Amino acid sequence: MKIEDALKELKKLSLEDKLFTVKYNLSKDSHIEINHEICPKCSTERVCLTICPAKVYEEEEGSDKVHISFENCLECGTCRIACTDNAIDWQCPQGGMGVCYRCG
Amino acid sequence: MGDEEILKFDAIVIGAGPSGMCAAYVMAKAGMDVAVIERGEYPGSKNLFGGILFTTILNKLIPNFWEKAPVERNVISRKFAYLTDDTQVALEFKTERYNKPPYNNTFTVLRSKFDRWFAEETESIFNENSFVFSGFTVVDVIKEGHKVVGVVTDKEGPMYADVVICAEGANSLIAEKAGLKKKPEPHDMVTGVKEVIALPSAVIEDRFGVSGNEGVAIEYFGKAVDGMVGGAFIYTNKESLSVGISCSIIDFTKKRVNPNDILDKFKEHPAIKNLLRGGETIEYAAHMIPEFGYDKLPQLVADGIMLVGDTAGFVNTSHYHEGSNLAMASGVMAGETAVVAKQKGDYSAETLSLYVDKLNDSFVMKDLKKFRKTAKFLHENPQVLNDYPTQMVDTLVEYFTISEKPKEEIRKDVIGGLIKDVRFIRMLWDMNKARKVML
Repeated sequence: MKIEDALKELKKLSLEDKLFTVKYNLSKDSHIEINHEICPKCSTERVCLTICPAKVYEEEEGSDKVHISFENCLECGTCRIACTDNAIDWQCPQGGMGVCYRCG
Repeated sequence: MGDEEILKFDAIVIGAGPSGMCAAYVMAKAGMDVAVIERGEYPGSKNLFGGILFTTILNKLIPNFWEKAPVERNVISRKFAYLTDDTQVALEFKTERYNKPPYNNTFTVLRSKFDRWFAEETESIFNENSFVFSGFTVVDVIKEGHKVVGVVTDKEGPMYADVVICAEGANSLIAEKAGLKKKPEPHDMVTGVKEVIALPSAVIEDRFGVSGNEGVAIEYFGKAVDGMVGGAFIYTNKESLSVGISCSIIDFTKKRVNPNDILDKFKEHPAIKNLLRGGETIEYAAHMIPEFGYDKLPQLVADGIMLVGDTAGFVNTSHYHEGSNLAMASGVMAGETAVVAKQKGDYSAETLSLYVDKLNDSFVMKDLKKFRKTAKFLHENPQVLNDYPTQMVDTLVEYFTISEKPKEEIRKDVIGGLIKDVRFIRMLWDMNKARKVML
């Protein structure tokens, strides 16, 4: 490494850029389901929208439904704990699928 | 294996992390038929921690393991730092005594490399009826009456065993399905996010003041995580840094902040950004840490099943931040218990309670008991990680600021001010309480 390179500030990455560094074995089926009866009556003010480290949960445009980008899930399980209404049914992805850390 | 053939083992281990593989290792050594079921593509591919592996247990299982295991660096320096917005106050403990075998049993590792190695090492002592099944997800346990007699996997269907050792980790769906554990509350769990940032080893060694395989572990508190209950960290690997934060889920919930945003802010702190210069993020990751502690431990044993490692909540929340060592110890003890159960031909909860006795006699329960109040104390006294460091820093800045005021006057002003300050008395009071629950 040249000295100039070693002195460059660490490049700022957006979350999307960060998720590109992660290897996934993509599954066709979602391992996360939302209970659409409980979800609209949320008592946690939809903490899922802010807390997920991979921003898997987003409000659908023009609707108050929550959209799940399950492909980005890092499988930490935080959403399941944070959603104290149990509106999130989180199961492990099918064997061998999902996030595959190369460093960990 | 034909469809009609029933897959039956002496023991099934759910999860190929450190606790599960330690259990498997002990049972394999005793000649048992063991199946380890790992949902990742390979052992380690779903696993994550901050970066330091404590290895007193591993070194007993595999003496001088560091000569062949993919460890990154042996930690000779531990640093604890308080950050405010613009200042750092740190205590560094660095000793050459940790620079020879067994290296204070403290190594930085990358889990997907280390766990994979440990699984292969364990497989090498397996008998012909033992396997690591990678890419199989356990979806439920099979019960006969009250007794767990096997598991259901998504690929192979049912697999049977006399005993199941549940080492599935922090997000413990199976332990909950088996009825041994309730879903944890947001204040019982911590979420960590981490980036692995590549840097040439020469740059790391130069920047962190080490050479060869020596490594550094730094923990940051206070504004490092916006005053939440938790901390940030930097650990040096061979050719990368593990940089992350971990905080209580209830704090993320209350503040409505995203863990990644806290990590980004930490990386830009004036005390941190210069340590990361020239680096390139090569992996982003997230994981939970169970910090419910001694008073909320789940039921550890039932007929035909034992919980180990993160599933059981074996994490020391004090400044030691020990998880891997407790996980490995519990795995060994569960494995030893399974060996005794096989000899007796009895896998009832009564026989398996030997596992709990072993835990109670060991550092696992003794340490969990000693630090049982740490997490609760920090939640109830947010000023300890938040206001006090700032007050302390303000005092230090005043003390060290160079001016034309005679030093004796500065000293009198600073100390006099402190003695008069009611907040300072309160701080001493709180810090004494903190010392009792944390040190």
